[in-house]
Amino acid sequence: MFRNQYDTDVTTWSPAGRLFQVEYAMEAVKQGSAAVGLRSRTHVVLATVNKAASDLSSHQRKVFKIDDHVGVAIAGLTADGRVLSRYLRNECINHSFVYEAPLPVGRLVVRLADKAQVCTQRSWKRPYGVGLLVAGLDELGAHLYYNCPSGNYFEYQAFAIGSRSQAAKTYLERRADKGRPLRHQGDAAGEKLTSSICTVAIVGIGEPFHIISEQAVQEMVDALETREEATAEQSGGDMQDESGNPDAAAPMEEI
Amino acid sequence: MYCIEDRFLMSKCMPEWILTLEEQGWYPYVTGTSVIGIKYKDGILMAADTGGSYGSTLRYKSVERMKVIGKHSLLGASGEISDFQEILRYLDELILYDNMWDDGNSLGPKEIHNYLNRVMYNRRNKFNPLWNSLVLGGVKNGNKYLGVVTMLGAHYADNHVATGFGNHLAVPILRSEWKEGMSFEEAVKLLEKCLLVLLYRDRSSINKFQIAKITEEGATIYPAYSLKTFWGFSAFQNPGQFAEGTW
Repeated sequence: MFRNQYDTDVTTWSPAGRLFQVEYAMEAVKQGSAAVGLRSRTHVVLATVNKAASDLSSHQRKVFKIDDHVGVAIAGLTADGRVLSRYLRNECINHSFVYEAPLPVGRLVVRLADKAQVCTQRSWKRPYGVGLLVAGLDELGAHLYYNCPSGNYFEYQAFAIGSRSQAAKTYLERRADKGRPLRHQGDAAGEKLTSSICTVAIVGIGEPFHIISEQAVQEMVDALETREEATAEQSGGDMQDESGNPDAAAPMEEI
Repeated sequence: MYCIEDRFLMSKCMPEWILTLEEQGWYPYVTGTSVIGIKYKDGILMAADTGGSYGSTLRYKSVERMKVIGKHSLLGASGEISDFQEILRYLDELILYDNMWDDGNSLGPKEIHNYLNRVMYNRRNKFNPLWNSLVLGGVKNGNKYLGVVTMLGAHYADNHVATGFGNHLAVPILRSEWKEGMSFEEAVKLLEKCLLVLLYRDRSSINKFQIAKITEEGATIYPAYSLKTFWGFSAFQNPGQFAEGTW
């Protein structure tokens, strides 16, 4: 994208009908480190690649538990992500207080989207520079949504955001018809994996949202690598097998 | 404590702290008496008479004190009828917005029970209560729920509940005779037994009742009917026996 005379202000349209500031905000999401989400009918899994500012510093937190039944993974300006997570937690807790029941994730993402939209229509505000993968449950089952700085939101079977997300998306699309065990999440992140650089979280029916421990993630990664070696020897290895990991998501069924 | 004159003077600044509700001029006018609710095999059964008393006068004889809320719940109320109508309007709006989402999620009886509790408790804290005791029952996804919210904001859920005089006259009967998984006929008989006791002993009750049922399939409020009463007790014969000239 190049600079132009319509991109100073979020409330200025370009002649082609674009809001450049909003598009620039979406660029910020693309520059962030990767986050991937994947769902089955009963479970949703989120995985993020944790980048550290330097070798001496700790990793930035990119996965947040919003409520027992909802969690988010962010990509982009993590500060904006933190603030929005606080908003989401507040909405969930207020609903629980009045109704003694969890806020359906579909209704939560609409509130988040409306909040983001406000920032695209006020001259004294700027859009949030963060994309959120929202994983949660409602009466109908498990859902994965992507909330955009533009105020749009979409439901996905699987999605990836952040840098190198296109490779992950292609990988996930290619496997759309087959079973999709948890281990593909690791592949999709597209990096040389060790448990120290990625965070994996899961939520499902009967399973509250939680971040899987580093040790368990390492076991999964190791199992992944051994299987990859095994399948490389025999072509068309059975992808449906699970490494027997109790935390793994159920294979995706045709919805 | 201060005398009434001093309290009236002090009450100029914050009447709700100094004066009782009656002294402030808050009285219930048209009131309904007990509501009884029980769980049975297919869902919830609720019963109430159709009377609206104006003080000690049994003024209105066809007041429906139980209403269907949304797809999954029934609400019965005793106490001030106009406050019950106000609550119905709040719930109407709540259900409307819930339906407008059209996303496969809906408010179940537990959620509505908690919402009503919030409303009643907040009003009581402002010394402006809704003068009702509410019975909220319903079935959702096979789960039966039956709860009560009082005008003070106290709330609880149980297999059998009652309000007002029902607490004293009906609940003891229910405690001894209610059992899990009663059929519709058994449950109605049990309710009628309680209603009859209330009819004999509660002076604000009238002999015109409604039964309401809610199951997974839906809710029905049956048309009103009367119970047979018996007054032929020997003690009631010749009432002027020991008080010559009485009428």
